[in-house]
Amino acid sequence: MIAGKTITVNEEGYLTNFAQWDKEVGEALAAEANIALSPRHWEVITYLQNEHKNDVALSIRRIGKSGLVDIKEFYVLFPNAPLKTATKIAGIPKPASCI
Amino acid sequence: MSEFNGEIKKMMIILSKATLENVYAAFVLANGARMEGIEAEMFFTFFGLEAIHKNKLEHLHVATVGNPAMHMPTMLGGLPGMEALATSMMKKEMEKIDMPDVHEFLEILTASGVKLWACKLAMEMFHYKKEDLYEGVNGVITVGDFYKQGSGLGAHMLFI
Repeated sequence: MIAGKTITVNEEGYLTNFAQWDKEVGEALAAEANIALSPRHWEVITYLQNEHKNDVALSIRRIGKSGLVDIKEFYVLFPNAPLKTATKIAGIPKPASCI
Repeated sequence: MSEFNGEIKKMMIILSKATLENVYAAFVLANGARMEGIEAEMFFTFFGLEAIHKNKLEHLHVATVGNPAMHMPTMLGGLPGMEALATSMMKKEMEKIDMPDVHEFLEILTASGVKLWACKLAMEMFHYKKEDLYEGVNGVITVGDFYKQGSGLGAHMLFI
């Protein structure tokens, strides 16, 4: 139960069904990671969701080349393990990337 | 103290070689640490300095001699052009898996908050100056300084 909704997550806390995601769920997941979402956070989250929808394998390098956010800002927005945290909030699977 | 449960908090990675496979291993480990929310610092010593030397970092090679995993007779590996060939093949494969080149990788590392340190002793040995190094290098320090950087619970050291 999160944000008044029932969601199913895997053992690492990632949503297993994106249909259960909405902005309130995203807010609640961000709060669990101690992040207060600003409009800038939302831009990045929306970007990640679109990339995932288009089957793009997400990596730190890809984020740096996104033209939306550079790597430095990405680490400022999501200070601890940015790619893992941001994808969790976005309701998409954890990227299996080493770079 | 009781809060600490063996978690890795910081990776201190020492790079002493300049062969492409070792440099990439060190970079991937440092970047991978940051991606997991683990701090990372690198110490470049001896030939490892070439990975942060402005004029050399774009020209690192794969080792074809003394590298059994190349599955190439040592005599053959020593032929002129062999290292360059193996290197360009490896670079092509790396681009395919979205692996950045050395310079771009250094930029990713510094943007991710990895600290880069050059070994003072090796700098003197090779007659390198701070200006010769990649601009993202944090400083030239001694072994003792590097150990100090790595103090605290959950810090691990790795020698490559």
